[in-house]
Amino acid sequence: MKENLDRLWEHWITQDLLVIGGFALVFWLLRRGARNERWQRAWQRMKRDRGGFIALGVVFLYLFIGGLEMLRIPGGDNGTRSILDVFTAGVAQEKTYSAPLADELLNSPRHEKLIGRHLLGTDVLGKDVFVQTLKACRTALVIGALTSAIYVPLGALLGILAGYFRRWVDDVVQYLYSTLASIPEVLLLVAILLVLGKGLGTMSIALGVTGWVTLCRLVRGETMRQTERPYVAAARALGQSHRNIVVRHLLPNVMHLVLISFVLGFSGIVLAEAVLSYLGVGAPVGTSSWGAMIDSGRSELARDPAVWWNISAAATALFILVLSLNIFGDSLRRAFDPKRG
Amino acid sequence: MFNYIVRRLIYSVFILIGVIGITFFLDNMMMTPDQKASRVLGPKAVGQTREEWIHNRGLDRPLPVQFVQYVKKLVTFDFGTTWVTGRDLRETFLQGVGPSLCITVPGFLAALLASLGLALFQVFVRNSPVDRGLTVFSVALMSVPTMVYVIFAQAFLALNLRYFPAYGFAYEPGMLRFLLLPIVIFMLINIGYDARLYRAIFLEEIGQDYVRTAYAKGVSPSRVLAVHVFKNGLIALITLVVAQLPKLILGSLLIESLFGIPGIGSMLVQAIQTGDQPIVMVSVFLGSALYLLSLIVTDILYALADPRIRLS
Repeated sequence: MKENLDRLWEHWITQDLLVIGGFALVFWLLRRGARNERWQRAWQRMKRDRGGFIALGVVFLYLFIGGLEMLRIPGGDNGTRSILDVFTAGVAQEKTYSAPLADELLNSPRHEKLIGRHLLGTDVLGKDVFVQTLKACRTALVIGALTSAIYVPLGALLGILAGYFRRWVDDVVQYLYSTLASIPEVLLLVAILLVLGKGLGTMSIALGVTGWVTLCRLVRGETMRQTERPYVAAARALGQSHRNIVVRHLLPNVMHLVLISFVLGFSGIVLAEAVLSYLGVGAPVGTSSWGAMIDSGRSELARDPAVWWNISAAATALFILVLSLNIFGDSLRRAFDPKRG
Repeated sequence: MFNYIVRRLIYSVFILIGVIGITFFLDNMMMTPDQKASRVLGPKAVGQTREEWIHNRGLDRPLPVQFVQYVKKLVTFDFGTTWVTGRDLRETFLQGVGPSLCITVPGFLAALLASLGLALFQVFVRNSPVDRGLTVFSVALMSVPTMVYVIFAQAFLALNLRYFPAYGFAYEPGMLRFLLLPIVIFMLINIGYDARLYRAIFLEEIGQDYVRTAYAKGVSPSRVLAVHVFKNGLIALITLVVAQLPKLILGSLLIESLFGIPGIGSMLVQAIQTGDQPIVMVSVFLGSALYLLSLIVTDILYALADPRIRLS
């Protein structure tokens, strides 16, 4: 039974459906949000923010590449391959390192010619660094998506409940997040990962458990402010149930905080993924991730001649994604809350 | 005020109990003693050695008994020994504090000064292209992972140009040459985040009535910033600054381990790699205790700095 479930879970159709479902869910949430008047005003302001739009474009580009690597189809070495593999099937595999755009292997005494040209050179196994960097997108996005799927609902729900019901609910939630917030984040992450073992799933759990505190605090504060508003009193006077007030009235009015935290949090997760992979408690061996590429790049830089393209490619790809997410998140925040820039 | 502090202390104790609960749960309930033994001793050690190892550490006792001992260990600050190196944990920590502070305290002060300066300058030229450019620059500094700073600094400044040693630490008169690079990198990592935060705080202050009054009196804009706004902003800064102090004692994991500085940070990285759980769990406890203490100190400082605030 369990074997069959595992097989079903690992089947490429399941994985593809999950990816498409995830994208569809985010899209649907954004469409729902766009009905809110506050979101429409923010959108009008956002339109004038050119930097934010460029950043959003870059983020979409990463999503697109990561999506191509996530969608799998039958064929290839292990039974499945990604669409990105299909596109890059023409890129030749060399024997070992070669410099960017060089025509022979690095340091080869007999000047061995390369099969093809490589924009960013090749790594120790002769794989094209540019393709590897694109593939590592997937790891960053998977971690980001899984972690967000854990901490965003958790933080938003607890925050709203604490802000709406107050009293003992608030006390319990406050106690929970004060306890978690009192532990330095890195230490808690490391402690959880040390016990749960490495893997993309456990890393997401660890990041999710530590990550909901900030969002919860924000949502709780905003919910408290919103419950003072007349519309909540009106809804109550009309005899609406608690569930209706929370879901229909309060949730749409704090959703913008969730969106902003989601975007800014995503950048934090991508950075944390690299650091944790580097510390040896992150992505399992064999997964291509920017953290792992940077890790191997450390010894490669000390070689003679230095192999700088591997680490530079990974670091740059990571940097651009995190930077774009941060800039986009900031411009979202400005659009929703223009008074505080 | 006395009542307030007592109440805060009691609340902190409750939180610490929660933290102990979390670490105990992670430490003892997620892994069987056998799993721990095979991680530390290697998968080949079976039978006698493994049984002995488990028994010596009391891992075979019932969970409630273990919990009582666990709490006792933490509360009396007698943490026992590490699993892998077998050294006394408290001593290991005390040895690591010195090197850690050598990096973090100067780095923290440098970052504080630099980011305060940057934030004040940005507020001075607020909403201009320069301000926006500097904001993007701050965000860019935040977006680089720590190890990238370290690896490139080591490769170019230390190995290629030989300005600094790439690695190492020693208590000696010329120790600054070991420390300079780590300190600068510690500063760079923190500047981006801090400057943005401080800028927001100062911008909030600038909308206040007293600033308008100062302008109306004919005080020059730079003096308004440097004296009036800065002073009032400092009160809000206390919280942010004091909350960072526990992190200084615990050091920086990546910087210390990459530069070979024998502080608490590199000790932790080693513990992570060898599966030495007690070190990690004890530092979780210590980090949390220090943080809670710093919160109380913040509140007191707050009340001292701003006479309008009454603690009750």
